[in-house]
Order: sequence, then structure tokens, then C-alpha cells
Amino acid sequence: MATKTKIEDIYTLLEEVKDPEIPVLSVRDLGILRDVSISESGKVTVVITPTYSGCPAMDTIEKDVNEKIQSEGLEVEVITKIAPAWTTDWMTEEGRQKLEEYGIAPPAETTADKGSLFGQSKIVRCPRCKSEETSVISHFGSTACKAMYKCGNCLETFDYFKCI
Amino acid sequence: MTKEEALYDYFIRLGDNALILGQRLGEWCGHAHQLESDIAMTNVSLDLVGQARMLLTEAGEVEGKGRTEDDLAFHRNEFDFRNNLLVEMANGDFAQTITRQFFFDGFYYHLLKSLRTSKNEFLQAFAMKSIKEVTYHRELSADFVVRLGDGTEESHKKMQNAVNLLWEYTGELFEMTEADELLIADGFVPDLDKIKALWENDMTATLEKATLTIPDTRGYMATGSRKGNHSEYLGFILAEMQYYPRMMPDAKW
Repeated sequence: MATKTKIEDIYTLLEEVKDPEIPVLSVRDLGILRDVSISESGKVTVVITPTYSGCPAMDTIEKDVNEKIQSEGLEVEVITKIAPAWTTDWMTEEGRQKLEEYGIAPPAETTADKGSLFGQSKIVRCPRCKSEETSVISHFGSTACKAMYKCGNCLETFDYFKCI
Repeated sequence: MTKEEALYDYFIRLGDNALILGQRLGEWCGHAHQLESDIAMTNVSLDLVGQARMLLTEAGEVEGKGRTEDDLAFHRNEFDFRNNLLVEMANGDFAQTITRQFFFDGFYYHLLKSLRTSKNEFLQAFAMKSIKEVTYHRELSADFVVRLGDGTEESHKKMQNAVNLLWEYTGELFEMTEADELLIADGFVPDLDKIKALWENDMTATLEKATLTIPDTRGYMATGSRKGNHSEYLGFILAEMQYYPRMMPDAKW
């Protein structure tokens, strides 16, 4: 990388750091990557935020971010901040599309919709056949951030990325 | 008591609740009656352990003696723990686990909801983050309470037994100490009497829907954890949880 690193270069570079549990999503797609800054001396500071308090992927993500930036010969510090609290609203449009293509239904609506906070039923679209005739079968799925649904049309089960 | 001491006390109270309940729920791993419940219990556990890590880290910071989250979780003894008696109660059958969870989630939810406007920066950030997780836990446990309470004759009986057994451990959730007084004055934490009123409304409404009744304890409520006096269960929980870090004190993840 050129001697004068730009912030945008770091963002581009971090596109290559994926969520270890959902490898189609980058840390940027997920909204985990909150801020990047570069000091006068060229040291890079990256701010990340956890999805869930106990998310076991955070340590790996922090390590991967460190290694990715160091691989460019740059000095780096990764800071984890919990405020403001992560929300699925920060997931990029591109990230949502990638999720659905991967077979995981993306968060159904924005958290401004109060129903998402109070668990009222919402319409979750089957990522395979796009039917909206789906129902929840388990509050939790393969990770803390997902629930398990089944489709009444194609009868397949699928993961739904919960809206928080 | 200084303000730092009061904050330390409050942080380990919250942190120990999350840690011990997380440990208890983790005991279900591989043992629940169906895969969905197994995954639910362990995922709730994961959220709680994550919250405990933040709280104990902050407690160590405010204490200023250089203790880390691991020092506090693995190198304290029963008398130094400040979790409520309720969370250390045995898992029992699933009715007992879910009733314990339901009592606790209701309390924790209203406490966090109030802490979102705390004047303490950490408590506010912590509450904004954790309430999202606890809202989900609360729904899950209340859902089960209604389904099992208003279920079969057998499930109803088990649920009523669990409510009868655990109710006397709920009074202690709302006990206040000198730490509360100091922190309430600064707008850091809420008055637990107010949280109790909200909690009672929730309990009454859901238990009624579940056709369950609140037992008459003739005013008796178990007490002790604010001073570090625990039930016989805590020592066994710690023995299992702390065994490895004490056996291999320099072990790193």
C-alpha cells in the first residue's frame, strides 16, 4: 500500500474480513465496523461493536481485522465499543441481499417498527421460494442472532436473522 | 462507603447474577427435552455470560486494584459473590428452570429499561445493549410459562410446584442497601421499589394467563445475598465453574 494510506483504502481492505459464522458477510455489511481513523504517524484505529453481548465471533473478528491491516505493514489498534448499541438497521442493503442468497432470511423490518422489539409476529419471507407463508419453529437457531423458521409453501426450514 | 465502592458493589451484583444464571443455564447443554429448548437455554446463557464479562470488567476498573473479569469470575469465593439467591437455585425439571427464568427476566427487563436513562455512562450503554437481548429472553420464558401452566394436568402441576418453590426467592431481588441509596441520589440507578411494582404487574398478568397462583408465604421471603450469604448451591456451582482456572492459574484462552 502507498505510503499515504487513505481511510477509504482501509474500508476497502476490511471488506475482505468476513463474519466467521456467516462467511458471505463482511464486517462492513454487518454494520460491526463503526469507524476507521488514521493518525498523523499512520497508525490505524478501527472501532468495532459486538452484535450480541456474548457473540463468540467477536474475538475472531478482532483478530482478523488486526491481521488484515498488519498484513499491509500498518500499525493498528482495534477498539470495541458497545454504545451506540448495534442494531440490524446497520446492516447494508448489499448485506441483506447476500444473506438471502446464502439462504438466511434477512431482518424483516427496521427496529423503528415497535413490533420487532416486542416480538409481535412479523412477515418473514422464505429465502428459497419467497413465500410469505412461514412460521417460527424455534426462538433460537444455529447462533444467538438467528431464529429457525419453516416455510409453508416449499416446506423447507431456514434461518432468520433476528431484528434487534 | 465511597461512590466507587457503591459502583463496584452494583456492578458485581449485576455481573454475578448474569454469570451464575448463565452457568446454570449452561448445565442444560445436551440435556433439554428437545433440541429447540436446548439451544434456547444455551443461547440465553451465552447472552448472559457476555453481559457478565462487560460488568465484571467494569467492576474491576472501578475497583482500581487491577483485577480482570477472569480474576473476579474465577478467583472469588462464595462470600464475595453478590448474585441473588434466585439465580443459583437448581435447574430441577424444565418447569423449575423456566419459572426461575421468568421471575428473573421480568426483574432484569424492568431494571435495564430504567437504566437506559442512567447518568452513569457505562450503565446507560450497557442497558441499551442488553435490553435487546433480555426483551427476547423475557418473551421466551413468559411464553413457556403460559404454555406449560395452561397446558396438560401434568405440566400445570409441575409449573405450580415450581412457582411455590421459587416465589420466596423473589423478594430479595428488590432489597436495597447503602450502595443503592448513594447511586439513586446521583441518578445512576433506579429505586427498586418502583421496579418491583412493574415486576408484580407482569407476574400477576402472566401467571393468571397461565392459570397459576402465587403462593401465600405469609410474608416470608428468603434473604442474604446482598451480604454474601448464599444457599448451599453456590459452592457447588463455583466448584465446577472455577475448577479449571484454579487448577491452571496461568492458562490463557
